[in-house]
Amino acid sequence: MKRPRLYWGLSALLFALLLALPALADDAAAPAAAAAAAAGPPKIDSGDTAWMLSSTALVLLMTIPGLALFYAGMVRKKNVLATMMQSFAICCIVTLVWTVAGYSIAFTTGNEYMGDFSRILLNGIAGHIEKGNDTQAFVLASGIKDVADMSTTIPETVYMMFQMTFAIITPALIAGAFADRMKFSAMCIFMTLWSLLVYSPIAHWVWAPSGWANQMGVLDFAGGTVVHINAGVAGLMCALVLGKRVGYGSDNMAPYNLSLAVIGASLLWVGWFGFNAGSATAANGRAGMAMTVTQIATAAASLGWMFAEWIAKGKPSVLGAISGAVAGLVAITPASGFVLPGGSIIIGLAAGVICFWTATYMKHIFGYDDSLDCFGVHGIGGIVGALLTGVFSYGPLSATDATPDGSPGGLAQLKLQAIGVCSTVVYSGVMTLILLMVTKALVGLRVGEDEEREGLDIVLHGEQIF
Amino acid sequence: MKLIMAIIKPFKLDDVREALTPLGVQGLTVSEVKGFGRQKGQTEIYRGAEYHVSFLPKIKIEVVVPDDLTDQVMEAISKAAHTGKIGDGKIFVLDIERAMRIRTGEVDTEAL
Repeated sequence: MKRPRLYWGLSALLFALLLALPALADDAAAPAAAAAAAAGPPKIDSGDTAWMLSSTALVLLMTIPGLALFYAGMVRKKNVLATMMQSFAICCIVTLVWTVAGYSIAFTTGNEYMGDFSRILLNGIAGHIEKGNDTQAFVLASGIKDVADMSTTIPETVYMMFQMTFAIITPALIAGAFADRMKFSAMCIFMTLWSLLVYSPIAHWVWAPSGWANQMGVLDFAGGTVVHINAGVAGLMCALVLGKRVGYGSDNMAPYNLSLAVIGASLLWVGWFGFNAGSATAANGRAGMAMTVTQIATAAASLGWMFAEWIAKGKPSVLGAISGAVAGLVAITPASGFVLPGGSIIIGLAAGVICFWTATYMKHIFGYDDSLDCFGVHGIGGIVGALLTGVFSYGPLSATDATPDGSPGGLAQLKLQAIGVCSTVVYSGVMTLILLMVTKALVGLRVGEDEEREGLDIVLHGEQIF
Repeated sequence: MKLIMAIIKPFKLDDVREALTPLGVQGLTVSEVKGFGRQKGQTEIYRGAEYHVSFLPKIKIEVVVPDDLTDQVMEAISKAAHTGKIGDGKIFVLDIERAMRIRTGEVDTEAL
């Protein structure tokens, strides 16, 4: 009995020493770091950069294969490949769109509504590279006298790539609304335009220091407005403009293989740690808290949906449990990095139960065919999360030297969040409608009725799953 | 020779096979099929969309036996596949005119 205790005591002492060592070093280094910051742009931190490289890979994993599997598992057998192809093709298209102009429109100084064209074709992104390294970390300049620049501790290439994976998943989410019926050519044109004219500007409003929503103080840590409300509303517009699937309400449209959807949803969950904790753009405590609340809210939302369905429909379905988890991930996205675990439980439960209602009842009340519930889960879940961020935000998490109080929740913040939500809904809705009309005029939106009955796999791609 | 065709619940297949072996049944053919009888179908719900699935998965067993084994085989199958609940299945018996084992060229009961 005596020896283990001695052993534990010794290891605890050693552990405490190890903890104390860097703390002592930090004390000595702190004034030096402050001086360096005052002297020039922040240095690159290899720990932060390593985490952001990993996060970027995690977020890409959300689209391919995560979302591709999640969506493909929920459609009918004849459309499985076409649905996977949508995620995969969007990944490739948006990569080039982002490289050519999307990144420049979103994350350069410009004005309040969009960036400038200084990073077209990523021009100048290698500006600070010497001897294989960036000599200074990336800074998002506000270009406005009283508005602080946003410093990072990572190279611009890493920041650009991280943001690219967000630009990829957002249009891929929309595909859930028009599953089983959109022409592939139409999808390619629509997504190119949408990424440039809808995603990039909204990302600029909310995340660039010069963006109007950012200046106003709208909180969106990882993309509740930019990604989820944006994609959700665009999805609703697609569902309304394209119309219902042939046979909707009469034919059996049961999912082909829900086990694929379970794998997809699970990959989304794992990848979402890069999405939310990565949005701290550093490997720090805020990233840790973002990861914590992401896990808690997702679990709460999955259980919320599951129990709501169990009570209302008699059985706790697997599709319900994974849908609830995705709703929770969506809702915690804007809030992560601002809220604490207590708030995250409430956000998760609210998202699970509310999205259960919107995807299961509201859709049928209004009669639109949002096939895979892009709006019901991402649109509504995003709105729930964006608003509740304004309620549960904990000041110290977002506090800086310039703003020692951070952004605490309250009525004033809730109002700002509502402004952010409404602007996104209106801009995304109107612009999506216009772009759908343009696409319709160019190539038409839907495949023919016979083609739709035969299935998109064979009609559009000339292949079948087996 | 008779062809005995039985539609049974999928999870009863092993029981049926075990019941037939002692009778001297040398082989049988099994297919996964779908159908409905008095059991009708079942309702599936996906995010509030309800689908009535009228065809349920069943197993179809086909076995050809000499005439004198017919009654025993029918009884063995019906005993092994019985649960007493609706949807247990049915057994049909048809006449078989000829049979041949491809490998050896044996015909009729020799081929079974």
